[in-house]
Amino acid sequence: MHTIHVDIVSAEREIFSGDAEAVFAPAILGEVGILPGHAAMLTRLGPGEVRVTLPGGEHQAFFVSGGMLEVQPKVVTVLSDTAVRAHDLDEAAVLKAKQAAEETLKDRSGKVDLAKAQAELAELAAQLQTIQRLRRRGG
Amino acid sequence: MAVGKEIRVKIASVQNTQKITRAMEMVATSKMRKAQERMRAARPYAAKMRNVVAHIAAAHSEYRHPFLYAREVKRVGVIVISTDRGLCGGLNSNLFRMLVQQMRKWQAANVEFDVCTIGRKGAQFFQRVGGRVLGQVSRIGDQPHIEQLIGTVKIMLDAFLDGQIDELYIASNDFVNSMTQRPELEQLVPLTTTGEDTLSHHWDYIYEPESKDVMDELLSRYIESLVYQRVVENIACEQAARMVAMKSASDNAGKLIKELQLIYNKARQAAITQELAEIVGGAAAV
Repeated sequence: MHTIHVDIVSAEREIFSGDAEAVFAPAILGEVGILPGHAAMLTRLGPGEVRVTLPGGEHQAFFVSGGMLEVQPKVVTVLSDTAVRAHDLDEAAVLKAKQAAEETLKDRSGKVDLAKAQAELAELAAQLQTIQRLRRRGG
Repeated sequence: MAVGKEIRVKIASVQNTQKITRAMEMVATSKMRKAQERMRAARPYAAKMRNVVAHIAAAHSEYRHPFLYAREVKRVGVIVISTDRGLCGGLNSNLFRMLVQQMRKWQAANVEFDVCTIGRKGAQFFQRVGGRVLGQVSRIGDQPHIEQLIGTVKIMLDAFLDGQIDELYIASNDFVNSMTQRPELEQLVPLTTTGEDTLSHHWDYIYEPESKDVMDELLSRYIESLVYQRVVENIACEQAARMVAMKSASDNAGKLIKELQLIYNKARQAAITQELAEIVGGAAAV
């Protein structure tokens, strides 16, 4: 019996890893079924169920909210999203991060004052050294 | 007895501080363990992603994605990952020191730079020293989610695609072990070629719906996953650094208490001796 290795992972954890007879996944253009020896393919997934047929005929199903599917002749990789993704949502996230930056940086110039940065770090280092010296003397 | 009241008060206050630092040490220890687990859990995704991206780099696609090709560098972007909270030893200042050194080098080479910060300490640092900060996110907590990072990463990737920046770096701490954390600067984009071209025969994927869409999405996910991993690692570093810092703080408090106790005892004995001497002196005079 031919089998194909299947890995289902999300950014935050591994969901499934093992051999299977067949995999069905909700690709963006319609559901695809993958058997061992499938041609290399790369596609986006829509929300839906990834079904894995284990050797012996048992089924296992995993819900994905989206992601990517990579097929190599002997390996299938499902890179599942943990977040709900859409263009608008991504843009909103961008806006939020930008606003946060603007708010804290309102009242100063765009030029990096490296001299100041170094002076500040030097001061910190000096403080640390003093503390260490004091500690050695005390201990 | 009225002797050494100030010293007793001081001892009590140091003891209270020690209790707090001890508690913080224990909290950091348990949080570090969890953060390390999370770090491990995020690894398979990044590894699988890396495989796929290596395949893409090796595949002979008709679409050449800009992330895969280097260009002349006039301006770079840096994503700086720092902690939200302090009391974690020199973790953040070591990172910033490395960053400032690198910035000097860029300045010498006439390369400008933009920054995105993740974490409150980084934001505060750039607020003080200046610099073009394009985006920031803070208060990510102990359990970061990829949603929280999408915005900052996308700002930088968009800037790269628009040609505003020509290289993108990420600065964060590398978790060597619980005693050692090392600041690191890593290049994200353009992707440094990962795979040696082992599959040299001419092949390509079947793309659905189209190679451009699929690759755009895949590569931005890839970058996001790298950033996520760095964030998780930085949290593990933060907890480890805090654990060590709090341990040495507790030890120092212990030493301080011992010294104070010694001074207190000496003062008490001196007072008793003096009193006795006075009584004896008084009795002799009568």
